[in-house]
Amino acid sequence: MNNYLKMVEKSSPKTKMLPTLIMAFLVGGIICCIGEGFLDMYKTYFPMLTEVELRNATSMTMIFLGVTLTAFGLYDKIGYYAGAGSIIPITGFANSVMSPAMEFNREGVIYGVCSKMFVIAGPIIVFGVTASVIIGLVGMML
Amino acid sequence: MRIDKNTIYFDNPVSIYSTSSIVGPIESKSKYRNYFDERVDDDMFGEKSYEKAECKFQIRAIQQLLNNAGLYIDNIDLSISGDLINQIAVSSFATRSLNLPFIGVYNACASLGEALFLGASLIDSGNYNNITCTTSSHFASAERQYRFPLELGNQKTPTSQWTVTGAGSILLSTMNNKTKIKGATLGTITDYGVIDVNNMGAAMAPAVYTTLLKHFEETGRDADYYDCIITGDLGKFGSSLLKQLLSKDNIQLSNHFDCGAMIYGDNKKAIQGGSGAGCCSVMFGGYFYKLLQKKQINKVLFMPTGALLSKDTSLQGETIPSISHAIIIENDEE
Amino acid sequence: MEVFIRYLQVFVTGGLICFVGQVLINKTNMTSARILVLFMLIGVVLEITGAYSYIVDFGSSGATIPICGFGSNLARGALKGLEENGFLGAISGGLSSVAGGLSTVIVSSFIYALIFKSHSKKF
Repeated sequence: MNNYLKMVEKSSPKTKMLPTLIMAFLVGGIICCIGEGFLDMYKTYFPMLTEVELRNATSMTMIFLGVTLTAFGLYDKIGYYAGAGSIIPITGFANSVMSPAMEFNREGVIYGVCSKMFVIAGPIIVFGVTASVIIGLVGMML
Repeated sequence: MRIDKNTIYFDNPVSIYSTSSIVGPIESKSKYRNYFDERVDDDMFGEKSYEKAECKFQIRAIQQLLNNAGLYIDNIDLSISGDLINQIAVSSFATRSLNLPFIGVYNACASLGEALFLGASLIDSGNYNNITCTTSSHFASAERQYRFPLELGNQKTPTSQWTVTGAGSILLSTMNNKTKIKGATLGTITDYGVIDVNNMGAAMAPAVYTTLLKHFEETGRDADYYDCIITGDLGKFGSSLLKQLLSKDNIQLSNHFDCGAMIYGDNKKAIQGGSGAGCCSVMFGGYFYKLLQKKQINKVLFMPTGALLSKDTSLQGETIPSISHAIIIENDEE
Repeated sequence: MEVFIRYLQVFVTGGLICFVGQVLINKTNMTSARILVLFMLIGVVLEITGAYSYIVDFGSSGATIPICGFGSNLARGALKGLEENGFLGAISGGLSSVAGGLSTVIVSSFIYALIFKSHSKKF
C-alpha cells in the first residue's frame, strides 16, 4: 500500500513550471501596474487626499474591478492562464468573494448569496482580523 | 449461478435490448459525437438550475431509450438510476415525472455497474421483463458540490479530471437481442490510502486492479479472453497506474479502454480526461454498444469505477475508498 | 522616463510576489484560499517587522495591490489605533483601516450576485 502511494507520487504528472511561472509573473505585474495607474489618476484629480487614503481608494477600485470581471464571467478565464498571478492581487480576493455569491444565488438571497459569500474568503478575514487584534494587544503590553 | 464469492453467471443471460445517450455542449465536440443520440448545445437545457438541467438530461435519455427500443413507458417495469448529486436527488426528481417503480443506486461513478448488476439479477429472477438503468452527471452541478464555484479563478491540478455532462440509459430486457449480460464480478471497497481529491484516477485504479484479479481468479479467464476491457473513468493517469499495478502480476492489458481517457481525446483543458457517472454510461451506451451490435467486438468486460468520498470526509482527512464492478457482456455466438 | 522606471518597479515587485505564490501552488497544490491566507499573514509579519514600508517605497502598488497589502493594512491599523485610542483602538484599528475595501467587496458582490448567475463553462 505504501509502495502504491510512492508509485503514485513518482509517476504523477507535474505542473509545467516555467510557463505557469512566467504567466503568473506577467499577469501579477500587469494587475499591479493597473493599480498604480489608478493611484496616479487619483493623485492628479484629488490632490487633497493623503497617501493612505489614495491607496485605500485604489484598493477599492481594484476590488470593484475584480468583482465586475467575475460577474461577467471573465475572471476565471484570466485565472486559468495566470494562476497565482490573478489569485494573489486584491482582485483575486474580490473574485473569491464574488464567485460563491453568484454561484449560489439560485438557493435564495439569505441562504444562498449572503451565507455562501464568504465560504472561500472567510478564512482570510478571520485570520487577518485575529492577527491585527493580537498585534494591537501585544503592542499595548510592550 | 453463483460460481464464487464475488462472481455470478446468470442462468438466463439478460439482453441489453437498447441504449441511449445524450450529452452536453463540450462532449458534443468529442471525437465520438456522432455515436451519441442527442447533443445539447446549452448545458442549462432551458432550465433554471444545473440540477434541473441534469434531471432533464435523465428524462430525455429514458425517452430516447424508449424511442430506440420502440416501446412505451407502460412497458417498463422498473427504473434503476443513479447520479452524483446529494442524496441522488437528480435521479429521484427525474423519475418523479415518469411514474415508474424506482430503485436509486449510488456507487458514485460506478453506479452504472451496480444498476446493471441489479437489473440483470432481477430479470434473471423471472419477475421483471424490462428494466431501465440510467446514470447521469453534470459538470456544473458536480463542480459546485464537490469543488469550487464555477467563476473562481483557480487552476486545476495536473491530475484532475473534467466531469462529463450527459446521461446514458440502458434497457435490460427478456426480449431477445444478441448482446447479453452473461455475468458479473462485484467489487469490494478498496482503499490504498490516496488522499488527494484531485487525483481520482489514482484512488480508483486499485479498485479496478483488485476486481480484475478477483475476476480472473474466480472465472479462470485471462485478459486475452475479452476483446475489450472497458474501465469507467480512470483517466489517462489512472489507466497508466492500473497498467503499472498489473505489470507487477505479469498481466498485460493490451485491450484496455478507458471511457474517461477517450471521451475528450487529447484536449488539454480536460487534463486527464472525463469523469462522472455519466461518463461511462454515454460512452458505453453511445459507442461500445454500437460496436457490439455491429459485431466489431464480441466479448467485453465493462468496469465502471467510483470514488466513494464526500466533501466532508475529505476535509476530515479521510482517505478515498473506491469500488469497481465488472460486468461480463458478450454477443451470442451464431 | 522616471514614470517608466516607477512602473517597471511596480511590475517587478507585483510580478515577483505572484511568482513566489505560483511556485507554492505548483509544488504543494495549495488551493487559492490557503494561498490568500498565507500571503495576507506574510504581509502582517512584514509590516510589524518594519520591512514592508521599504518594499512599498520601491514597488508602490506592486506591494500594496497583492493581498499582502491587505495584511499590512490590518497590522498598521491596529498599531495606529493603539497609539491614538489605547485598548479600544488596538482592537478596532485593524478592521477600520480595511473597512473601505471590505465594504466595497461585500456591497458590490451582493448587488452583482442578485443580477448575475455563474456562466456555463466551455473549452
